Amino acid sequence: MGLLTVSGSPHIKGVDNVKKIMYGVVIAMIPAMLISFYFFGLGAIKVTLVAIASCLLFEFLIQRFLLKGKTTINDGSAIITGILLSFNVPSSMPSWMIIIGSLVAIGIAKMSFGGLGKNPFNPALVGRVFLLISFPVDMTNWPKPQAFSTALTDAITGPTPLAIVKEGISKGQTIPEIMSSGKIPAYVDMLFGNMGGSLGEISTIAILIGGLYLLFRKIITWHIPVSFIGTTFVFALILWLIDPSLYINPLFHLITGGLMLGAVFMATDMVTSPMSKTGQIIFGFGCGVLTILIRVWGAYPEGVSFAILLMNSVTPLINKGFKPTKFGEVVKNG
Amino acid sequence: MKTFKLGGVHPEENKLSADKAIEILPLPKVVYVPFSQHLGAPSVPVVDKGDAVKVGQLIAKAQGFISANIHAPVSGKVAKIDSIIDSSGYRKNVIVINTEGDEWDESIDTSTEIKRDILLSAKEIIDKIHEKGIVGMGGATFPTYVKMMVPEGKKAEFLVINGVECEPYLTSDHRLMLEKGEEMLIGVSILMKTLNVEKALIGIESNKMDAINYLTVLAQKFNGISIIPLKVMYPQGGEKQLIKSVINREVPSGKLPIEVGCVVQNVGTAFAVYEAVQKNKPLIERVVTVTGKSLKKPSNFIARIGTPIIELIEYAGGLPEDTGKVISGGPMMGKALNSLEAPVTKGTSGILIMTQKESKRPEQLNCIRCAKCVEVCPMGIEPYLIALYTELGKAEETEKERVMDCIECGSCSYICPSGRYLLDNVRIAKSKVGYIIRNRK
Repeated sequence: MGLLTVSGSPHIKGVDNVKKIMYGVVIAMIPAMLISFYFFGLGAIKVTLVAIASCLLFEFLIQRFLLKGKTTINDGSAIITGILLSFNVPSSMPSWMIIIGSLVAIGIAKMSFGGLGKNPFNPALVGRVFLLISFPVDMTNWPKPQAFSTALTDAITGPTPLAIVKEGISKGQTIPEIMSSGKIPAYVDMLFGNMGGSLGEISTIAILIGGLYLLFRKIITWHIPVSFIGTTFVFALILWLIDPSLYINPLFHLITGGLMLGAVFMATDMVTSPMSKTGQIIFGFGCGVLTILIRVWGAYPEGVSFAILLMNSVTPLINKGFKPTKFGEVVKNG
Repeated sequence: MKTFKLGGVHPEENKLSADKAIEILPLPKVVYVPFSQHLGAPSVPVVDKGDAVKVGQLIAKAQGFISANIHAPVSGKVAKIDSIIDSSGYRKNVIVINTEGDEWDESIDTSTEIKRDILLSAKEIIDKIHEKGIVGMGGATFPTYVKMMVPEGKKAEFLVINGVECEPYLTSDHRLMLEKGEEMLIGVSILMKTLNVEKALIGIESNKMDAINYLTVLAQKFNGISIIPLKVMYPQGGEKQLIKSVINREVPSGKLPIEVGCVVQNVGTAFAVYEAVQKNKPLIERVVTVTGKSLKKPSNFIARIGTPIIELIEYAGGLPEDTGKVISGGPMMGKALNSLEAPVTKGTSGILIMTQKESKRPEQLNCIRCAKCVEVCPMGIEPYLIALYTELGKAEETEKERVMDCIECGSCSYICPSGRYLLDNVRIAKSKVGYIIRNRK
């Protein structure tokens, strides 16, 4: 026998590792991905593949040739960025734009900060917002869902329910008028994903299944999604109670747009969200408030990605201000 | 089921030797008895080369307040005063005794009869505990008599007995509770008398239901002793966590358990106190678990202090071919040995053999800020942040992050999905901040 290994305790290691966590997130996104394939067909499959492949490729190229270091593309994080980016664009998005979005997400938002774990902003969201600002027309051109569609580019397009509401309000219509105009899909359809929108955001049900899986695997905790969704609901409820002809009901806010996608898959991104439970609740609260502010009074019909990015930027402050409860801090005798 | 509220992890329990009765290890030919087996000042030898000693004879005297007497674990001749690499990894002074026969000091009651009546007064008990060199057997090895002297102005309300054994693999306390339950409970009564408390609470993790059931029945014969089953959650046996679990009180940062009216002792210590007070027997042997997945015969031994660890391994089936690491203590807080000649000391609760594969630390990846370390920290501090400060060379900044609260349980490093050496870095910060604090006074 050779020399004995000597190292500090502990000498055993838990079973979770970065790879397992990342692929756990990938598995959780599969239901929403399948729904997008179902409603948007080949277009969705193409967008997904292009986004994943280009994210992996850029991560590989940057690590190998720019940083001249080890590549970590098999840790699963670039796949997540790819899937999330595809979840955030319409199925009619031209591939070259997606590739640019991937470059921004991986190159600028992730690798330029030092790679996995160092990025202050969610890379996929940075990619999405970049695309939204650069190519506003393509980014808001939503193919209408159609079961088993095989169309790649020339599908019928139309606005998302949130955009319909926003447009109606700006034209001076009341909410009941908009709702009865026939443009808004039925609630059941919206719940299952039969509406216009980005690939991954349409089906509340599919996203919630993924969210439950993440909770079960203990990859996320309930704090951010519950406080995000809860705040959005309560804020929307207050507005709706004040004037239901001007503000849409809170349920509508929950099942349309990117709220579920954002609350379950993007606000919960470990790297860019706060460390303490209190901090996470504050973070979710901020996301919820900003989402409604942007949706109701902002220029865009959708506010989730901006809300999360803005809260990402204050995460370091939240980490400073909201520390975990320390043992022995409050002396409770009883 | 009672438990502490903050943090904690649940590693695989791997109590391989839980059903192995305690065996008496054959006497070693030579023992190496370190001067320093306890927290505090090393003892000073009172024997010289060539002296004949009997089992239980004083061979090194406590030096100062926080220190402990050391007694001959075997009879024979003092071969020399030497130095040897002990479980700390450093060379330490030892008294080397060549064993001849097994002749005990006449003052020690070596009968197997259980002595139930407590005849000594509180003062006499403390003196006896001091004289017989009893230290905390849970691993911290703090001199027991010091712990039993409640400071001026403080009042002990509860004696909390630690039978948790939350470290994976270890079973020495478990076996002791099963096989020496009554003696241990008499020891608890002795400690209660010394502290003048009415209530003693014995916390035991619920993976030892046999011990819980057995002691619950036994305890009915004793006044004021209750058995508290606890949830299996590491570090349930941490002093502060245990107090929180059994009586729901939080020891304030930087303070001792007496602050909330508690004194905590380990079950092994209670048994040693019984032997010292009722049998006049010094601390010359202890129960040691020898275990590991690759080991042929995981066992529990009663071994004399000073026995080379390699001998225990031999009796447990020999050192496996692919051994990578040998740990004194449990896998979460134990020390990796660099020499198997290191002797069993008063604090050696177990020897854990790990294969080469088990010994490898995973590669360190970037912190992904998953906050798992924050979630599991039983003291509510932020291991990632303290480690980051250390890595940036700013360890002194961690005092305000309460780094000194860290109990080094290792839950953070255990859980980290990126395999980061969190506790290593926290320890560096602790030692730097500790240095700063000491110089301030």
